Amino acid sequence: MPNFEFPASIKSRPVYGRLEPRKGKFHLMIADGEGAEALIELAAADGALMAKSHIIYIPRDTGAGFAEKLTALGPAQLYIGPSYPAAVPRLRRVLADAHMGLQVYLTGTEGLMGQAMNEAMAAGIPHSAIQTEHRGSLARRMQCVHCKGITEDVMTDPFVCSHCGLHLFVRDHYSRRLAAFQGVRVDAEDPGNIPDPVELYS
Amino acid sequence: MTIQFNDETFRDDYSFHNSDRAIQRFPFPFHEDSYMYSVNMERHKGGPEGSVYEMRFDVDEHYLAEMKDRAMVLAEDPLRCQSLPHMTLAGWDLLELIMVSKSEDYPDLFELHREGSNWRWINRPMGIDQSFVFMDEASLPYGPMEYITRQAQGDFCILDQRDDNLWMDAGMVTTQADWSLDFDIGMNFFEWHAPVPKAHEMGIFVRALKFLLNIQQGSPARRLNWTLTVNPLLDTSPENYHKWGVQKTTLTPENLGRKQHLRVELQTFFRLPRSNALVFPIRCYLIAFEDLVSVPKWGRRLHRVLRDIPDELATYKGFIDNRPMLVDYLSQYDDGAETSPGVWPD
Ligand code: HEM
Repeated sequence: MPNFEFPASIKSRPVYGRLEPRKGKFHLMIADGEGAEALIELAAADGALMAKSHIIYIPRDTGAGFAEKLTALGPAQLYIGPSYPAAVPRLRRVLADAHMGLQVYLTGTEGLMGQAMNEAMAAGIPHSAIQTEHRGSLARRMQCVHCKGITEDVMTDPFVCSHCGLHLFVRDHYSRRLAAFQGVRVDAEDPGNIPDPVELYS
Repeated sequence: MTIQFNDETFRDDYSFHNSDRAIQRFPFPFHEDSYMYSVNMERHKGGPEGSVYEMRFDVDEHYLAEMKDRAMVLAEDPLRCQSLPHMTLAGWDLLELIMVSKSEDYPDLFELHREGSNWRWINRPMGIDQSFVFMDEASLPYGPMEYITRQAQGDFCILDQRDDNLWMDAGMVTTQADWSLDFDIGMNFFEWHAPVPKAHEMGIFVRALKFLLNIQQGSPARRLNWTLTVNPLLDTSPENYHKWGVQKTTLTPENLGRKQHLRVELQTFFRLPRSNALVFPIRCYLIAFEDLVSVPKWGRRLHRVLRDIPDELATYKGFIDNRPMLVDYLSQYDDGAETSPGVWPD
């Protein structure tokens, strides 16, 4: 699947690059969904990389296919998890042990990259040692500005807050601390007048 | 000069009102008949006697009512006041700046006695007499930033300066023009300004940041910003927008003069001595249109500004739907006469 070209946006919105193999003894790769394809391409670009890599992978709705392909790459360690939150304790443990010079590769959905980026930064990994590449779903992780609840995997604008039930429109304003975009009540000035939801970027 | 503090509210029955004196000293923000964003910054070294620029931290007739409103907002939503762990020192810097400034500028209202680190702070209007140990958090009922900003009008952002940027790492934000501290905390200067239209392309934020990074201790700066608010509501936060947004639709030609307010922010910038952080107080002044037009120059000028302001700004500031009604109302007060340059009444 080709990379999606995000349209130009405001300055708080993250931009993602393309993963490139870096030099170093230790490599940590965190991916979900189609992010697996970016890792497969990394392995192809540098045949020696995987033997020095720990992969944390969440298939999302992609089935078992990618997991098999990642196994075939022969990574030093491979973890396949059911969800990002389930993988967090393990991720923290791995980051707590991080050696100087650890290279971090994040790929997949924006929600995964944003949250894993925060874990890496909190563990003291320098920004310059973290790469990102968006792959797969365009879903957004949204914070409801009213109730503060996070709704994962938002695909439409507007959407319903999974916590307070308000209909929210999807802003491009993004908080790296929360790893989330901002959702604001769409019918605040005209209660009940809720536009039909439109698929993001359609 | 003793201040008569108003008994008034910024919610429910909206009994907020400005005295004649408050109207005369209102910081009208338009120095000409049109408005566009600019790097409008100048030194904050006082101003005409009695004006809002005279003192470092202006205290006016709304002081007690604003502090009550702040306490109510915080009781409902403690996230309006946040400080990242490395910002405590800057909080003490701010506490010192406000206590020293207010006790020097308003000796009849505030007193500060210092013996080494043993300090005693007296805030007469609020009935506070607090002895504490400077730099000892346990000696105050709140952290230093929260303690002092519960006693100071206006919002406060404390910006950490690093990597040639400013980072919004602490704040007390209960009277904001529709932005969220909880969402923006931790962002840098360009990120928190991301939603503003046009100004990025105009190069305003690059130049403004350069100016701010060079502000020295003892040489504060200031600028004005403005928007419009229906009803004298201080808490126009995005957090509560689902409750107050609908009030914008209650304007009619008959009630507009009373309900529609010009909201002006006197924004100041002070370098803090120990932390090298920058503090950004955002002091909000409200005035009903019917009071504003009592100064003929202001009525004429506001009519022309709102009539001609680019749609993008009217949309961002949230009054695009009401603009025709506002311009209609104000046109009654614009006889087409020439206006004098500058913000002051003729
Ligand atoms: C370091 C101190 C400053 C802080 C903390 C700050 C904060 C903010 C925030 C939170 C917003 C709202 C953005 C949103 O829509 O979410 C804003 C708007 C804005 N800021 Fe600043 N700002 C600062 C300094 C400046 C300076 C020096 C300028 C100089 C030109 C400036 C120009 C603007 C403009 C033009 C807007 C749009 C306001 C409107 O149209 O109502 N800011 N600022």
